[in-house]
Amino acid sequence: MSFLEIHGVEAFYGDSHILFDLSLAVDEGEVVCLLGRNGAGKTTTLKSIVGLVPPRSGRITLRGHGVTGLAPYRIARLGIGYVPEERRIFGNLTVHENLEVARRTWGDGGGIAWTAERVFELFPHLASLRGRMAGRLSGGEQQMLTIARTLMGNPSLLLLDEPSEGLAPLVVEMLAVQLARLKSTGLTMLVAEQNVHFVSELGDRVYILEKGTVRYQGSMREFVSNEDVRRAHLAV
Amino acid sequence: MDFVTSLFPWITNGPLIVVQVMSGLSVAMFLFLVSVGMSLIFGVTRIVNLAHGSFYMVGAYLMVTLVETLPEHAVSFWIALVLAPIGVGLLGGVIEVTLLRRIYHREPLLQLILTFGLILVIGTLVLLVWGPDNKSVARPDALAGSLKILGQPFPLYYLLVLGLAPVVAIGLWLTFYRTRWGMLIRAATVDREMLGALGVDVATLYTQVFMFGSWLAGLGGALSAPTVAVALGMDGDVLTTAFVVVVIGGLGSFAGSFISALLVGELQSFGILVFPAVSIVLLFAIMAVVLIVRPWGLLGRPEE
Repeated sequence: MSFLEIHGVEAFYGDSHILFDLSLAVDEGEVVCLLGRNGAGKTTTLKSIVGLVPPRSGRITLRGHGVTGLAPYRIARLGIGYVPEERRIFGNLTVHENLEVARRTWGDGGGIAWTAERVFELFPHLASLRGRMAGRLSGGEQQMLTIARTLMGNPSLLLLDEPSEGLAPLVVEMLAVQLARLKSTGLTMLVAEQNVHFVSELGDRVYILEKGTVRYQGSMREFVSNEDVRRAHLAV
Repeated sequence: MDFVTSLFPWITNGPLIVVQVMSGLSVAMFLFLVSVGMSLIFGVTRIVNLAHGSFYMVGAYLMVTLVETLPEHAVSFWIALVLAPIGVGLLGGVIEVTLLRRIYHREPLLQLILTFGLILVIGTLVLLVWGPDNKSVARPDALAGSLKILGQPFPLYYLLVLGLAPVVAIGLWLTFYRTRWGMLIRAATVDREMLGALGVDVATLYTQVFMFGSWLAGLGGALSAPTVAVALGMDGDVLTTAFVVVVIGGLGSFAGSFISALLVGELQSFGILVFPAVSIVLLFAIMAVVLIVRPWGLLGRPEE
């Protein structure tokens, strides 16, 4: 049994059918990448895992426990951390307050106990901004803050939705280094991306989504060396 | 100048003006307590709680009953003043859990109809429990008299109200800006869904906020009981003025409610001197001007 399993999920946004019989699995300690064009269903996949778009049918399990149909806050407390594409930081709160509202206040410490201080070690630049209103941060700083904020809940699985989107190349490289450091702590990740280059070092395995279902799966090495697959599924 | 003094003879009467300013301030205090609770509830839950004035009224009536039932003692009044708002807070909690929770995701019209229905239900229940006659609450002995300010009498009880204003305002500020609960409230006003995805039980937070807002209304009502006739119509009166205060200050803005309450309190106090016949119209005229210039209120944020 895998750490995270998704079985035959069907999901809708209002009346539009987005995910069709989607199945995938993530093992503990793995970094799995979800690739695909815009509108392929990457975001909806992540949202259905965290309960923001509850699947209409199908089953999602974490460590064998069903999470389908639970309220998002319960799913978060089971150890799934979600970093949304739009970042959704609390702009009217300071950097430090953004971390504080997300601090784990439930259950035991849950493995690695992240504190604001430890998060600042991973993102030293944020430490110097701790008193600043989060709404005034640059895009890159906001992206760091979104990840830092989610870490405060001590997740055992981190879902990242297009973390490199809209960031300057230099910032993207910094982010890649930080995510690699997170991976080395043993954190399991599921990363939705369009930027293949960004995840080619980080990822262990790849799923390619097309029209709401899985079209290809394989190891990152296999995927990177197979230009036909990349061209068939990702070229615009 | 002669023309002005003949029109407004009080304008040269310094002591009268001072007393009028102070009585405006105490009106502002009641308005602030009610409107900040209403504004807080709206800021977080996005519900315009029309029954907020009813909570104020229930606070005043609970004060009547508690002062009557508690054994006669110097501290009875103060115990009642603590208990009555708590009772209103609990009532708010029951209403949130049983009714409001079901309609957060529904259209605003439905929410207005529900909270309007609550006005009628609470009004009827108050009539059944306390009867149609006006009630009054005696001021505590220590504050029964009045003080001379520049030769003009000023009731001591209003000084208590004035003294409480900064305490409550500072207490609220500390709660919002210095506690984790306050951070959660501020975060919930921006993105409730995201807060939930971070593991925060937002439904419980909403109940707490609603209870807190109701408690503030109850405190306003309980505090006002010794200054007015406790009567059935007070819910509507308070709701109207509090609504104006909240709209002028900006829905969801704590500092906005404070400034706006001061403005409206003084306006009412001086409006009666200047234009006795139209003081209520003045209130709505100011609101209209603010809405034209800044549709989201003095310190509110434009809707995205």
